[in-house]
This record gives sequence, C-alpha cells and structure tokens, in this order.
Amino acid sequence: MPESNSLTKQHLHISMRLNGEPREVSFASYKTLLEVLREDCDLPGTKHGCELGECGACAVLLDGEPVLSCLIIGAECDGREVVTVEGLAKDGKLHPLQETFADCGAAQCGYCTPGFLVTAKALLDRCPNPSREQIKESLSGNLCRCTGYQQIFEAVEASIARIAACRVSGNSEVV
Amino acid sequence: MMRLPHFTYRAPKSVAEAASMLASGPGEAMLIAGGTDVLPNMKRRQQTPKTLIGLRNISELQTLTNGDGLCIGAGVTLTALVRDARVRIHYPGLWQAVAQIATPHLRNMGTLGGNICLDTRCNYYDQNYEWRKAIDFCMKKDGQTCWVATSSPKCLAVSSTDSAPALLALDARVRLVSAGGAREVAIADLYQNDGINYLTRRPDEILTTVVLPDPKGRKSCYWKLRRRGSFDFPVLGVAASARFEGDTVVNINIVLGAVASRPLLASKAAAALLGHRLTDENIATAAGIASDAAKPMDNTDFTLGWRKRVVREFVTLALRDLRGDDVRAERYRYALQSLEAVG
Repeated sequence: MPESNSLTKQHLHISMRLNGEPREVSFASYKTLLEVLREDCDLPGTKHGCELGECGACAVLLDGEPVLSCLIIGAECDGREVVTVEGLAKDGKLHPLQETFADCGAAQCGYCTPGFLVTAKALLDRCPNPSREQIKESLSGNLCRCTGYQQIFEAVEASIARIAACRVSGNSEVV
Repeated sequence: MMRLPHFTYRAPKSVAEAASMLASGPGEAMLIAGGTDVLPNMKRRQQTPKTLIGLRNISELQTLTNGDGLCIGAGVTLTALVRDARVRIHYPGLWQAVAQIATPHLRNMGTLGGNICLDTRCNYYDQNYEWRKAIDFCMKKDGQTCWVATSSPKCLAVSSTDSAPALLALDARVRLVSAGGAREVAIADLYQNDGINYLTRRPDEILTTVVLPDPKGRKSCYWKLRRRGSFDFPVLGVAASARFEGDTVVNINIVLGAVASRPLLASKAAAALLGHRLTDENIATAAGIASDAAKPMDNTDFTLGWRKRVVREFVTLALRDLRGDDVRAERYRYALQSLEAVG
C-alpha cells in the first residue's frame, strides 16, 4: 500500500443513539461505521462481507433506513440513530423475525442473516403487510449463498402475523 | 480486510462554505454525498483524496421543488426520488432509471448528484491496488497504458450511470456552483467522451441542482440491461423520450448508456423518426442506426459482440414503449424484478 499507517492514531469522538441507548464512542478517524461497530462498540453481529457494497452482510438501520455500514464513514454518524442486529431482541426476547427465521430454516451458515433481519425489519416497519414481490425487492440487496432465498421470504411472511399479534396484545416493545 | 486510507473529514453547512473549502485545496479534496462510489474507490486506492468534504449537512442540496418543471437537489437520495409521485408520473424515464440503480440499501444512501458524477468503470480499473499493480496499472490511475485497447490514446472506461441517459433524454439542465460563481449547463454538455476527464465539471465546482423542464405531455422510458435484477451497473441503458401530435413524432431523444465514456445521444436515429409515425419499419430503421453508433469495448460484463447486437433490440423496445405497446412481459424479462414493487 502506498500510504503509511502513521496517521491512524488520529481519533474522532461522536455521540449517537445505538440500539435505543445513547452512546459515545472514540475511534480512528478513517474507520467506517462497520469497523466502529465491530471494533469500538463490541457489536460483532454486523458482518464484514465484500466491504464494497456488493453483498448486504453489513446492513444496519441508520435513522430507520437500511444502509450498508461498510460504505458509511464513522465521522458521518454523529447525532444519528443506528440499529444493529443486536438491537432487535428486547429483554432476552427475540424479535418475531428472529423467531420465524429460526422456525423456517431461513439461516444456514448464518453469515448474511443479520443483514437480512434488519432489512426485513425496516420493510415491516414501513409496510406492515408487504406482498411477496415487495419482500423480494426490499431484500434484493442482501446476498445469501446457502438458502436459495425461499425460506427467507417465507420467514418474513410468517413474521407478519406474529408482529400483528404482538401489537394487538400490547406486547409492542419487541416489535 | 480493506481499510480506507487516511483522510480529513470536513462537514460544511452550506454550498458556499463547501465551495470555499474546495477552492482552498485544489486537487486534494473530493466531495462525498452518499459515499457509495467514492468509498469503494478509496478502499481500492483508485481515488485517494486528502480531504473529504461531506455534503450530508447541506439542507439546500436536499430539496425537491416545483419550478417550471422540477428542481431536484443533487443531495436528494435515489430512494426519495423513487418515492416521489411527481417523478413517477411526469418523468417515468427518470423514475425507471433510478428504480433500477444498484440495490435498495445503496439507493437509500446514494444521491442523484452522485449517480450523475459516477466514476467511469472498467474491468482493468475497478480492482484493488495489488491487482492493478500486477498489470502495471492502467492509464486511468497510476499507469500509462489503456489495457482495453493498448494503442488507444485515451482511457476507454465506461459511463455507467443510469440516471444520466434518462436526464439527457428529458433535456435536463444542471447547476454548478464554485467560489467564483454559478453556471447552468445542459446535462448533455456536462459529459465528454474520455474515461478520465468524463465530466466538464471543474474540480472546484459543486453540482447542486438538476432542473427538469415541464414535460408538457412528453413520454419517456428507460431500459436497462444487467446480469442480475439488482446490484449490477448497466451493461447497456437506453433512454428515450418523445412528444407526439396525433401519431406523429414532433420531438424525440434517444440516449445510450454504458456504450462509451459518456451517455451517447443517438441523434441520427432520432432524426430519422422526426415527423414520422412510430411504425415497425421506422422503429427498425432507427434501431439499426442507433446500433451502428454504439461502440462498446471489451471492458464490462458480457461478451462484446452480444452487447453490440442487443442495442438494436433495446432501442426497439424503448420506441415500442413510447408508442404505447404493452411491453410488461419484456420489462419483467429484462428488469428481472417487478418495478412496481420498488420504493
């Protein structure tokens, strides 16, 4: 590599809302959000995939929208809200999407699963009863090399009724 | 793991502030909006700016307002455009182009200005540092030779933006602002056919606004060819727009994307249709002329000969689409997804 690492000691300090809690973090100024989450926030659920925006393994929710954390510099996250896969379960209870992914066999090696889960959550937050075409389209930026996607689509569909039931029963803190 | 090289990050609050930052460090600073183009390039050391000037906090770049037609801030995300009813109804060619860019995640991040200024792409350039070093680099970055055509005096990297052909077809204009002032040019004049200097934007200028004229009944469409229904850059894009009096074409643009270092106006093909009806024969003639104008090089996905042949097919589809044919089956066949589900 042509450049040296002598400047990597420059640190930035930002505040963000991370998985529902205020969080202050210091990190080397060249880092992406993905690197900040994994290396400086002890949240390794978000995965390193291609690191070039071609796989979706690093997807997180930034201000509620699914984005690729490998292509966002940490410096731009000051004051913003970030939700990672670790933020889906509440008080030890899984999010309905996590339950249906397990029930439907929507994960094999599991590497892509965090990206799928947060992306599917954003879809269901915006559109509580999506069609199969809408599910396919909204997950089209997440690659899975194991499952063939069928079980993933089925798991998202299965979660629709469970989320609705949670909302009716007043158990809305998990969804 | 690919780390970003070191850079200084600056976050101006206004276009004027950003312009003065750009003017103060000529050639050393780059603008970053969505980051989906510049950050992969930085990870692969194709671009190594000392300073990144973030445009995210500039509210005047985020607006979508009605003018004579529509004024779109360069920082409006592609998702925001796809969800805008005015774009969908009045500028369907632009809507279809934007809806087919990359993936939902990347459209949530990427901006219209970023897609317009998208770096040209090439199989010999979009590689990591070690890969490029192993072939002694190419002329677009660090080297002397164009490995696509070794005798070529200029870089042949491919214009890979989907929005630009659609905007050219709609006669859009763009505003460029620098510390020294502002200017507005037809978007066709923003581009030149050189893979390195593909934009006429000066390094100290910021693309701030895209101005779309009132469509006044103009029909438009965009047809994209790519291997998958998501992610991929175009290996061919065909944008077309036309106004009719009765069945007669009174105004028409045909623009080809991903077959040169700039979006290519197929002017002769369009001229052949002016004052005529879009009959099958006339469409076939124009598609043949447009196909002759396309000069794809062997530096993207798919084989060269096939990419050249498919231009005729796609121009035919675009013109049939403008004529009002039911092309839904063909749309699904090539889009590989239901565009109605995008948003």
